[in-house]
Amino acid sequence: MSGLRILVPVKRVIDYAIKPRINKAQTGVETAGVKHSLNPFDELSIEEAVRLRERKGPIKVEDILALSAGGPKCPDVLRTAMAMGADRAFHIDVPEKGDGGPEPLTIAKMLQAVVKEQNVNLVLLGKQAIDGDQGQTGQMLAGLLGWPQATQASKVDIKDEAGTVEITHEVDGGVETLRAKLPIVITTDLRLNEPRYASLPNIMKAKKKPLEKKTLADLGVEDTRRLKTLKVTEPAPRKGGGKVEDVDGLVSKLKELGAL
Amino acid sequence: MISVHLKVDWRSFNRESRKSPRSNQNRRGPSSRRHIGASEHLHFDILKIVRCNSSVMSGARNITAALRRARVPRPRFAIRTVQSITPLTTRTFSASSTRNSDSRQIKFTSDAYPNLKRNPNFAEISAEDVAHFKELLGSQSAVIDGVTTDATDDIEPFNSDWMRKYRGHTRLVLKPQNAQEVSKVLKYCNERKLAVVPQGGNTGLVGGSVPVFDEIVINTSRMNQIRSFDAASGVLVADAGVILETADQYLAEREHLFPLDLGAKGSCHIGGNVSTNAGGLRLLRYGSLHGSVLGLEAVLPDGTIVDALSTLRKNNTGYDLKQLFIGSEGTIGLVTAVSIQCPPRPKAVNVAYFGLESFEQVQQAYLAAKGQLSEILSAFELMDGRSQKLVIESTGNKHPLEGEYPFYCLVETSGSNAEHDMAKLESFLESVMGDGIVADGVLAQDETQFQALWRWREGITESLSHLGGTYKYDVSIPLADLYLLVEDCKARLTEKGLVGDDDSFPVRAVVGYGHMGDSNLHLNVAVRQYNKEVEKAIEPWVYEWIQKRQGSISAEHGLGVAKREFIGYSQNETMVKLMKQLKNLYDPNGIMNPYKYI
Repeated sequence: MSGLRILVPVKRVIDYAIKPRINKAQTGVETAGVKHSLNPFDELSIEEAVRLRERKGPIKVEDILALSAGGPKCPDVLRTAMAMGADRAFHIDVPEKGDGGPEPLTIAKMLQAVVKEQNVNLVLLGKQAIDGDQGQTGQMLAGLLGWPQATQASKVDIKDEAGTVEITHEVDGGVETLRAKLPIVITTDLRLNEPRYASLPNIMKAKKKPLEKKTLADLGVEDTRRLKTLKVTEPAPRKGGGKVEDVDGLVSKLKELGAL
Repeated sequence: MISVHLKVDWRSFNRESRKSPRSNQNRRGPSSRRHIGASEHLHFDILKIVRCNSSVMSGARNITAALRRARVPRPRFAIRTVQSITPLTTRTFSASSTRNSDSRQIKFTSDAYPNLKRNPNFAEISAEDVAHFKELLGSQSAVIDGVTTDATDDIEPFNSDWMRKYRGHTRLVLKPQNAQEVSKVLKYCNERKLAVVPQGGNTGLVGGSVPVFDEIVINTSRMNQIRSFDAASGVLVADAGVILETADQYLAEREHLFPLDLGAKGSCHIGGNVSTNAGGLRLLRYGSLHGSVLGLEAVLPDGTIVDALSTLRKNNTGYDLKQLFIGSEGTIGLVTAVSIQCPPRPKAVNVAYFGLESFEQVQQAYLAAKGQLSEILSAFELMDGRSQKLVIESTGNKHPLEGEYPFYCLVETSGSNAEHDMAKLESFLESVMGDGIVADGVLAQDETQFQALWRWREGITESLSHLGGTYKYDVSIPLADLYLLVEDCKARLTEKGLVGDDDSFPVRAVVGYGHMGDSNLHLNVAVRQYNKEVEKAIEPWVYEWIQKRQGSISAEHGLGVAKREFIGYSQNETMVKLMKQLKNLYDPNGIMNPYKYI
């Protein structure tokens, strides 16, 4: 096998430390003026791709391509990905329509086209994006490509020059180790690694790395929708507890509730 | 418990951390102790910490570090804890408690400072006094009575500070609910000549909020209502006992910001902040409380309620008496409410963390930041290499930079427009990197990294407390000499053979960090145990050193017990005399926070 050509799809999502708010029309969450950042699982994918290169395993990493589909702010997360170590990036321009973006199948078809066009042999995806929480793209992509897949990886190991890959993932009751041959689709989970900070010199360098803009049409994919969002609402608020003044108050409250 | 955590799926703890985005374990230095009254609380706290920690996606190593961080301050509590929680936690805790609390009681302040003698003019608290207070305050929970009952365990947290450095002998804690109740209490105490100590979150660093002898603790925790907020003017009016973080969260929902932020925000009270004129992390941007506090309500020892709760920005009518209560550490009155000017909450906040090769370059970086970031610069913090090593040692976290540097800086920008700020910040970063001022650095890419980077600064105090005792000096010196103090101090202690890597040396490290933007340095001497020899080697040498450079021996921590006798190094005789006149005018019996301040 020649070299690893890795594709890392990334998504720009509302920062996970920010509390999302539902918009007035109840069609989705409010995104305007809210801090966005790289989907945390995608951060793990980038980190793993960079570590595969740094590990200098049996197969050399030839190319790390980061890709993001979305509106005009997407290059921000692509620059972050490149500051962490991706070599180049594709921005697939998809106008923001306030509908939560393309569905997983559309994204999977788009990735399929990129895999073919760019001769990719390893796709590292986050197991899910924390906004839609759908967790389907990786699996759909593997199905479309007819490739093996390993989901929720907590360890990725390239074993030999023939492209044998060993992936550990956590399942109920323990860990499972899978072995497959490249090309492969791997989705990443939290314990895979600890993503690095983007260092200042690398942030500067990332500005000079190539970022190519494409459209879905360029890749021969149409943004069709199969699902319709009827309404988005907050979960019913939990009833807060009350405070009692003293022990007597507590006892009488417990009696009142029939606990004593 | 760890296995429970491993099963937690992304979404559930994701939500968990969304609930309280800016309150996590690093802020819990002083705050942790408040939760440790009952073992159930402790249990809950640990779970929360584990979750918070897993949200930064760290490995199992850090989870144990987080558990270790949830330390138990006093052995007595550790024993109580052990009885009711799972075996795994028991192990963790017994291990950590031997390390952290070295199974010793905190020394009484009266023993540590033999020069302090109980003022014989003060009356002893009698059972009748207690009965009077109980009647006066009504509710049972407002009085912790150690006079007529045995309430040692309940009173202990009010008797000592979180650094385990000061401990009093009080037997009575009162928690009034409003200014009227405070007024009645103080009036009675004044007539009976009972000494009192006003106490907020008890997070002070100079022993100002704990009693020395049997002074009655008047705790503000039950005065915890936010009274009003005016979005147009940004003026918040709140009771003294509102926790700083609570006030800030309330303001966050209204897109405003409390103009003060400090490491102990999770437990300190705003009344205490005002009484001690706390400085904190963003003084550089939002100025001192002497400027942002518009008015306050306070009670004088004779029971007079001083209603100066103005919400006006401008009011040139007469002496500005409210200023007397700001920073007077409860020696002339007890602050019961505050009105404060709050700025709009910045919409875009960025933080960068630098490694630098010399203090010379730190100064250059500061000048560049001031010049190029100007109005969006909101913090410029300095940490030396040793302080960061101690944080690594205590938390086990991975340092953000690859190499080691003698100095680190944290630069924060806050503004209203992310693109504008980023453009400015990037050109600043390019210039300091390009000019070779900064050797390496990182820029937070998301909120988690933002918080993690701040933890390297805010976590120093807590990390030091985990590793033993600390002699803390909070000084203000002209910028050029700022770090020289740390070097001189280290040289002095090393020369005396007190500093070393193994347990035979009393001093672990001499570290410096602080608010570069305010010329405010924290000189910390981390010791394995508090030791008179070390203390004598530092004091009064350090004060003389500061006096020579016209610095302040206490820039933001105040005087309390610790710095009381050293006021002369920063204030001349006339000033001290005027201060004493003021004190005698408002508190002729001297019952307010005695043995401290001046």
